Amino acid sequence: MMRSMMKAAMLSTALVLAGGMAATQAFAEVVYNRGNDTDPETLDHHKTTTVVVGHLMRDLYEGLVIHNPNAEVVPGVAESWEISDDGLTYTFKIRENAKWSNGDPVTANDFVFAFRRIQDPATAAPYANMQYPIENAQAINTGGMAVEELGARAVDDHTLEIKLAAPTPYFLELLTHQTGLPMHQASVEQHGDQYTRPGNMVTNGAYMLESFTPNDKLVMRKNANFHDAGNVQIDVINYIPFEDRASCLRRFEAEEVHSCSDVPAEQMDYMREALGEKLRIAPYLGTYYLPIKTTKEKLADPRIRQAISMVIDREFLATEIWRDTMVPAYSLVPPGIGNYGDPVELEYKDQDILDREDAAKALLEEAGVTEGSLTLDLRYNTSENNKNTMTAVADMMKNIGINATISEMEGTGYFDYLKQDGDFDMVRAGWIGDYSDPQNFLFLFESDNLGFNYPRWANEEFDALMDKAGQTVDIEERAGILAEAERLMLDNVPAIPILYYSSRNLVSDKLKGWTDNIQNTHATRFLSIEG
Amino acid sequence: MFGYVLRRLAGAVPTLFIIVTIAFFMIRLAPGGPFDLERALDPLIMQNLERAFNFDKPLWQQYLIYLGNLAQGDLGPSFTRRDFTVNDLFRTGLPVSIQLGGLALAIALVVGVFLGALAALRQNSWVDYMVVGTATFGITIPTFVIAPTLSLFFGVMMGWLPAGGWGTWRHMVLPIATLALPQIAIIARLTRGATIEALRSNHVRTARAYGLPSYVVVGVHALRGAILPVVSYLGPTAAALLTGSVVVETIFGIPGIGRYFVQGALGRDYTLVMGTVVVIACFVILFNLIVDILYAWLDPRVRYD
Repeated sequence: MMRSMMKAAMLSTALVLAGGMAATQAFAEVVYNRGNDTDPETLDHHKTTTVVVGHLMRDLYEGLVIHNPNAEVVPGVAESWEISDDGLTYTFKIRENAKWSNGDPVTANDFVFAFRRIQDPATAAPYANMQYPIENAQAINTGGMAVEELGARAVDDHTLEIKLAAPTPYFLELLTHQTGLPMHQASVEQHGDQYTRPGNMVTNGAYMLESFTPNDKLVMRKNANFHDAGNVQIDVINYIPFEDRASCLRRFEAEEVHSCSDVPAEQMDYMREALGEKLRIAPYLGTYYLPIKTTKEKLADPRIRQAISMVIDREFLATEIWRDTMVPAYSLVPPGIGNYGDPVELEYKDQDILDREDAAKALLEEAGVTEGSLTLDLRYNTSENNKNTMTAVADMMKNIGINATISEMEGTGYFDYLKQDGDFDMVRAGWIGDYSDPQNFLFLFESDNLGFNYPRWANEEFDALMDKAGQTVDIEERAGILAEAERLMLDNVPAIPILYYSSRNLVSDKLKGWTDNIQNTHATRFLSIEG
Repeated sequence: MFGYVLRRLAGAVPTLFIIVTIAFFMIRLAPGGPFDLERALDPLIMQNLERAFNFDKPLWQQYLIYLGNLAQGDLGPSFTRRDFTVNDLFRTGLPVSIQLGGLALAIALVVGVFLGALAALRQNSWVDYMVVGTATFGITIPTFVIAPTLSLFFGVMMGWLPAGGWGTWRHMVLPIATLALPQIAIIARLTRGATIEALRSNHVRTARAYGLPSYVVVGVHALRGAILPVVSYLGPTAAALLTGSVVVETIFGIPGIGRYFVQGALGRDYTLVMGTVVVIACFVILFNLIVDILYAWLDPRVRYD
């Protein structure tokens, strides 16, 4: 018996020695260990939708325009551009020294190829609609039009002309998104769906893909052919997925990673005390809101919905439940957004909560709802914070005589349920802006937007305003029309905005150049490591 | 014996087939699919996606396509990790989980049996109480408490070992310790109980009467019988350990296959879940067979015809 066990022990040891991977030490290389939320679901930026992939793409590729550390739109591959007076034609001049990681020059055709591929139905791109402002894009993606009809063409190798379906003031901002990045046609056509493998993948950004081991790390190495390679100070990036946020915190404290892309919210007090400046909580372009099924008779009257909205103590939710990682919200469109004027907000923002409760009760009476006669079911997707939020909201509604029950649903099933017009009363949802423009928040409630319009709110005036804004070239005029639309939405509250998101990062004091910004974009090419 | 093994292996095929069929249809009972995210997709775009992954075909057709591929060893593409096939994911992840689980198992076996036998020999002494006490502790404290505690103490506070990650032998110490501790506890208790009984049995008394040295009596004669419950326990346990632990892999960031089951289920990655089901089923069948063979070898009273 002992003998066989000894054999087993020796065999395992041999396996370890044979199978163990030797860690390769970087010599004088600057290595950045960067925490990311999860592994990317794919490195093909036409087939992804997530922010996680956005971070990776920002380092691998460079679009026509990029975000500088302050999230302002600045030239990227395009060194300059012209916009026609009617706002429909953009002409980009591509810089001469832009190169792919294999030495090929970046040409206008690389963008035309990418724009066509994302609209091609065969690609099945989940975010093709981000580039719908380009002429004919939607018809190609869902209507069967030929892909060559797309309003993007290469005038010559270094001049790209894009025609839009309607004046779109946020188009440049759209181009910073991962759906606007170029693609190396030759390698995509040669390798097919294997083109994202290390060794096959050709990129034009500051970094190239060296290796990718799921659940372990994704390694990027500096791209020597990048046109601005001289200013890129970090040689190697190890992107490490941390689904368990507490693990990232531990490894951050053990100085094994230089930054974390999220934090364990339940340890907020500890982190504030122990980490000080290294904990970065900054406003983020996103809103947490409560959609209400407006098609149900008991919830059809906007006065009832407004009453519910009035009685929610957003300051309490932000401070006590979210430990100040969220900010109280009284509008749908978050502050700091581009192409907008003064914020449009719920009128009772500065009113005392007790006064609001009285006003709410009066509204309910007006709407013919007697105390205790209304019962609502509050539904949320599994998460400690969501549960606590909905519990608090239910409690607050009791103050005005509305009974509430809460029920939990698991994530994937939950969103499916919301999209398929499930039989809910009130739920929670969150929206992070894809681009810094109010249209990206307001369009959620257009009546034909069945994928996102959970309340199934159908308001002709709202739709008309959104259409009109879509045709307006002058940015200020357009801002006014969108503000009207938001006013209408807030008067009717098909969904109640309660909190704005903030981005939460841990940043080591050895990592320099990290600038908090509203889009939470931190391209590694602007960072450096000291000490 | 050989015929027995062949029969068992032949019986494994229909078992696997039934498991695969049940799993295939059960997974699809859960609402939602791999493309339902908080950021909802345009319904028309969703159609494009579904066509690309064969979801627009009737379910029985998808099932047959899957079976066909499975018979050729192709576990299909992963829906949530679209740059990889399920085969790719297992090719990189399985060796890691086997390494981790195998070492933990080996250590648990050696230490557990040793402690259990020791406790049995010194029954009701302080040694016995120490072993039983520690064993109870090890069984009751869950891995998701042990793992971060070890990581915090040895990794963050003391800095002696990495707080997480994978790549060198130093990365293996804490995860193996986390996995092995509860197993040591269970194996020690099993061994202790069985050894106490064995020490009272006739053949051991006979061996003692022959004047054989103590370590031979215990190590060869008593333990051979006492090891039987441990071997039974080890069958499914080995399968579970070698296919990875979700908790340990998540907390230490280890690229094994343990997480795929949960990640796959939550993300509705049908092929990944199916692949994990197939692999785990194969391991369980294999280890149950090994356990039965070991049983026959160890205990001469057991016969298979």
